[in-house]
Amino acid sequence: MSVADAPAASAGAGEADLPGSGPRGVAEWLRGTGRNGFALLGLVPFFAYTVVFLGLPTASVAINAFRTAHGTWTLHNISLSFEGIYRDAFVTSLKVALCTSAIGVVFGGLFAQAVLSTRRNTVLRRVVTTASGVFANFGGVPLAFAFIATLGTTGMVTRMLHALGFDLSSTGFSLFTFSGIVVVYTYFQVPLMVLVITPALEGLRPQWREAAEGLGASAASYWRLVGLPVLAPALLGSFLLLFGSSFAAYATAWALTSGTVPLVPIKIGTLLSGNVITGGENLGKALGFEMIVVIAVAMVGYVLLTRRVSRWLR
Amino acid sequence: MATLTGPAAPPLPPTPTATRALAGAGRAVRAGWWRWTIFAIAAVYFLVPLIAALEFSLRGRDGHRTIGAYGKILSEPEFGSALWSSVKLGLMAVAITLALLVPTMTLVHLRFPKLRRVIETITVLPLVIPPVVLAVGVLGAFRTAPQWLIGTPTILGFEYVILALPFAYRALDAGIGAVDLRTLVEASRGLGAGPVTALFRVVLPNLRTAVLSAAVLTLALVLGEFAMASLLLWDTFPSWVVHIGASEADVSVAVSLVALVLTWLLLMVLVTLGGRRGGRAFVGVLTGGTRDE
Repeated sequence: MSVADAPAASAGAGEADLPGSGPRGVAEWLRGTGRNGFALLGLVPFFAYTVVFLGLPTASVAINAFRTAHGTWTLHNISLSFEGIYRDAFVTSLKVALCTSAIGVVFGGLFAQAVLSTRRNTVLRRVVTTASGVFANFGGVPLAFAFIATLGTTGMVTRMLHALGFDLSSTGFSLFTFSGIVVVYTYFQVPLMVLVITPALEGLRPQWREAAEGLGASAASYWRLVGLPVLAPALLGSFLLLFGSSFAAYATAWALTSGTVPLVPIKIGTLLSGNVITGGENLGKALGFEMIVVIAVAMVGYVLLTRRVSRWLR
Repeated sequence: MATLTGPAAPPLPPTPTATRALAGAGRAVRAGWWRWTIFAIAAVYFLVPLIAALEFSLRGRDGHRTIGAYGKILSEPEFGSALWSSVKLGLMAVAITLALLVPTMTLVHLRFPKLRRVIETITVLPLVIPPVVLAVGVLGAFRTAPQWLIGTPTILGFEYVILALPFAYRALDAGIGAVDLRTLVEASRGLGAGPVTALFRVVLPNLRTAVLSAAVLTLALVLGEFAMASLLLWDTFPSWVVHIGASEADVSVAVSLVALVLTWLLLMVLVTLGGRRGGRAFVGVLTGGTRDE
């Protein structure tokens, strides 16, 4: 995805900017440093802005997660966030994230490979690429309402199944519970996977496959012994990215369930808007801090793995 | 992506022996079978909700088809003000994003290449911090902030710039990587242009596609952002859609569908624009996994 593309896209641009080695280069470089102090001022607005509007709020969450309402230091918020309904919320959020990322990786990966195995420059390819870009961004409120119209109590599919004598609710499926959230999140996880994994799939050299076939390998053994081992870091990296995206999601779940399914972001929202219990505000910050830690771990893993992939991708 | 022979390159070299050709044909048939199964599943899964939403929005109270729900959108009392509020925030976020990123990125590219990594890391951070958590932090950090900042939706506009950073940065980065900015700027300086002239008359025109896509991505993000707006209690377009959904489900589904189609068109234009050169970079930019804000 974008995080991985950026360094690869303009790699080498940085090196060209280093001062030359000859005497003229040194002179230029010296003249340059004289003005660099002034030029550095040009970077102040960007850094000031991100410190104020990103740094301060994040610091506020991280610090207050360890403070009481009176301003003394404590670990109480953190320990409270691992008990009762908050622990359940973490478990549910993790389960949703793991489930939807696994489905996304498997189905998105197969789908991307299926698209790549068609001929190049077909309409199908272009439609899938652009549609993936759109669908991966199609989260939130509209998605929730589209699914309510599909699988809700009076949804089109629900009614069609009912007309066929099949009661959807008898299977234990409900759009407004865990199973529903998984179905809906898959809608943006699969396209995201298609976008993220396509470059890696394109990087599989046809020669490897030809070599494997020349040695008598079947398609299955090619994938088992060559394809999948080569793709493993890319697949794991994509999994972590999808995990982060699903773990942080709020709008879709909220619009779908009005906050009845216990997910961590939903709990934070509830703590923020209504004072459910006293001192709840800092409990929300403790939950928020833990979310940042979980997503940060996933994203660092993603970046490290994609860096590994980009080594053989170019 | 740089390879000339992708895995799906047309099988031009004819296979030397008949047996191998037959084996290849057999594989193609089998490959076709699993491929079409997957396409069919994907088509059903991705299209049925859209069709169902259309069907739902056209369903009248008494059972017959009507486009009444679409007519009702415009007559809803708060529709206009909610949409206008979102558009204003969107334009504000676009203006700040461009004013902040274009000069900074140009300067870093030309003068401080070593700081590139730093800027890039900062722009990725918003992907790590969920909007819900950012909203909590905003309420905590700006509790005592002046009224013009925290007492009006202005604060949302400022924070949307942060949420859009990862996407705007990557869109602009793709543009900067595609042109030789150094030569262009040096040429303009040689012709006597000052830094401001160079920025407005050389850098910006050369980055127009990238600037446009950064602006469109930022705008699309703001028009669909729900978490922060709802937690900070400001009425924007998405929070209005949720609000109306409680009483008039058909209207909210109709509005959602219109919003989706418009977003789709906007992003399609973007992809088509970017498709001419470096289409992949633009698709990468679109990868908004965390776009469920």
